[in-house]
Amino acid sequence: MTDHQLALHAVALRRRMLRLIHHAGAGHTGGGLSCLDILNVLYNRILRVAPETVDDPGRDRYVQSKGHCVEALYAVMSARGYFPDTDLDTVCRYGSYYVGHPTRKIRGMEMNTGALGHGLPICVGMALAAKHDAADWRVFTLLGDGELAEGSNWEAALAAAHYGLDNLVAVLDHNTLQITGHTREVMSNEPLDEKWRAFGWEVRRVDGHDYAALTHAITAPHPGKPLFVVADTVKGKGVSFMENVGKWHHGVPSDEELARAIAELDATEARLQEVSA
Amino acid sequence: MSAPAPSMFTPAATAMLARLGMKKGRANLDVFAETLQEIASANRDVLAVTSDSRGSGKLAPFGKALPRQIVEVGIAEQNLVGITAGLAACGKKAFGVSPACFLTARSLEQIKNDVCYSDVPAVLVGISAGVSYGALGSTHHSLHDFAVLRAIHNITIVAPADNAETREAVRWAATANRPIYLRFGKAAMYDLHGSSGMRFEPGRAITLCDGRDVAFLATGETVVHARLAAALLAERGISTRVVDLPTVKPLDEAAVLAAGRECRAVVTVEEHMVHGGLGEACAALLLQAGVRSAFRIVGIQDEDTVTGAQADIFRHYGISMEGLAETALALLGTGAQG
Repeated sequence: MTDHQLALHAVALRRRMLRLIHHAGAGHTGGGLSCLDILNVLYNRILRVAPETVDDPGRDRYVQSKGHCVEALYAVMSARGYFPDTDLDTVCRYGSYYVGHPTRKIRGMEMNTGALGHGLPICVGMALAAKHDAADWRVFTLLGDGELAEGSNWEAALAAAHYGLDNLVAVLDHNTLQITGHTREVMSNEPLDEKWRAFGWEVRRVDGHDYAALTHAITAPHPGKPLFVVADTVKGKGVSFMENVGKWHHGVPSDEELARAIAELDATEARLQEVSA
Repeated sequence: MSAPAPSMFTPAATAMLARLGMKKGRANLDVFAETLQEIASANRDVLAVTSDSRGSGKLAPFGKALPRQIVEVGIAEQNLVGITAGLAACGKKAFGVSPACFLTARSLEQIKNDVCYSDVPAVLVGISAGVSYGALGSTHHSLHDFAVLRAIHNITIVAPADNAETREAVRWAATANRPIYLRFGKAAMYDLHGSSGMRFEPGRAITLCDGRDVAFLATGETVVHARLAAALLAERGISTRVVDLPTVKPLDEAAVLAAGRECRAVVTVEEHMVHGGLGEACAALLLQAGVRSAFRIVGIQDEDTVTGAQADIFRHYGISMEGLAETALALLGTGAQG
């Protein structure tokens, strides 16, 4: 997809995600909107994965460490053809596989996640498995910035650099808001770039809503080192009254709020179509 | 020069071992490491993951012989379990090896989520388990691992009693497609199976000797003490059954229920806190089945564990030939042995 096509697709994905959360009555709206462009780029431009070949040993692996933003992932994967869109009507319902965090019972999900600080160690194991086989598939994970307070991330960061895992990419959804407030007030984690560089990683910082910049940051080679991409994002991105507002961390839009959000997204879509017309 | 560790057996118990013709073997930990290396030598997808524990895990020879099949993670047990799960999810048969106390406490959430909930065929190996570290104190004792892992869905908990069980359990774990916890101690073990050999089946108990007065239901490295106690009781005319339970979960329910129904008294034995382990598992099973035999759990009491070597701690809590015989006699109402 071109950048313009990705932007148009993102509008549809945001609409789908919001409707899904509204229907489920639960979800992480703000973080889902902040990481959605990253997922859009990963699944539609970068990851060597396909719904027809979910068991291919040579596929890339994606593990969503910030598992609570699974609603964005559901929207992206459904649109990519991993499962029918109608499955998403069951999210968080009794007996459904589509729970509030990723599970392997869903086609294409690699690992069960949700508890924070788990994705990166798992990905180190996966990347080591690829190295062991001298295989060329790669491992990607999406981290949250609040999640970085979990010490297990730093254990994994040490190991990834120690083993020179240049087949491993961690993208940080750096929206700077967590449930209690700003990350610098809850538990400061800056300067992120310097910390990860000091741990032996290649570090790149980009606008997490800029498809070209994200694509370049994630795909440019980083020989001998794992890659940490700090993607600066906006929590609630794409819906004006949700942007940078803490209550949308896991706020569920009312009927009226959903209608307002959809109207905004429709307007965004119309503007984008004008540009392409 | 440090004083030698006290023997696990009193002179009377040592004499009983000789009378029964039981041969002294090696530490289960040594047999684990040797067996894993044999398996890994034939299959490059078998890996050991260690947390600065290749020395205590007896994996130094493995690392030397198969350097591409050992992953060192440093002192980082959460990372060890996550990495082991990631390897297992990508087709590797990964054995994550770490002291049982840290592996199962510090990394419990990783065991629960990354391994069991994700259902990957990782093998987690708790070394120097129970009170193997003896005088190092409670930080290094693993007296909770049965309890916490029993409360997690989708893991098989294995505590072999001797070298043969260890060898067979490791071979089984290397081919099983599910989450597994193996528990090994450091003390030399005596052969419980003699020339008859044994075949490890997860969830299957092994009746080492049959009887109708009292049943010892034992697991791991306490089984030998139950076997000796049975021999001592036999000399006093007490008919004793010894049921060896290498698998704490799933439990061999039929064997436990049969012991409860057919024997006058049941004594469970484990190198674990009396809460949450084999004893309470058996008690719950028997009670819910309506079987009400005289019953006692022998293990480490719910207190600040006494200091000493493993042998000292075992004796303090009655995990010995003499202590178990005394418990059985008291339960049968015949008083302490004379």
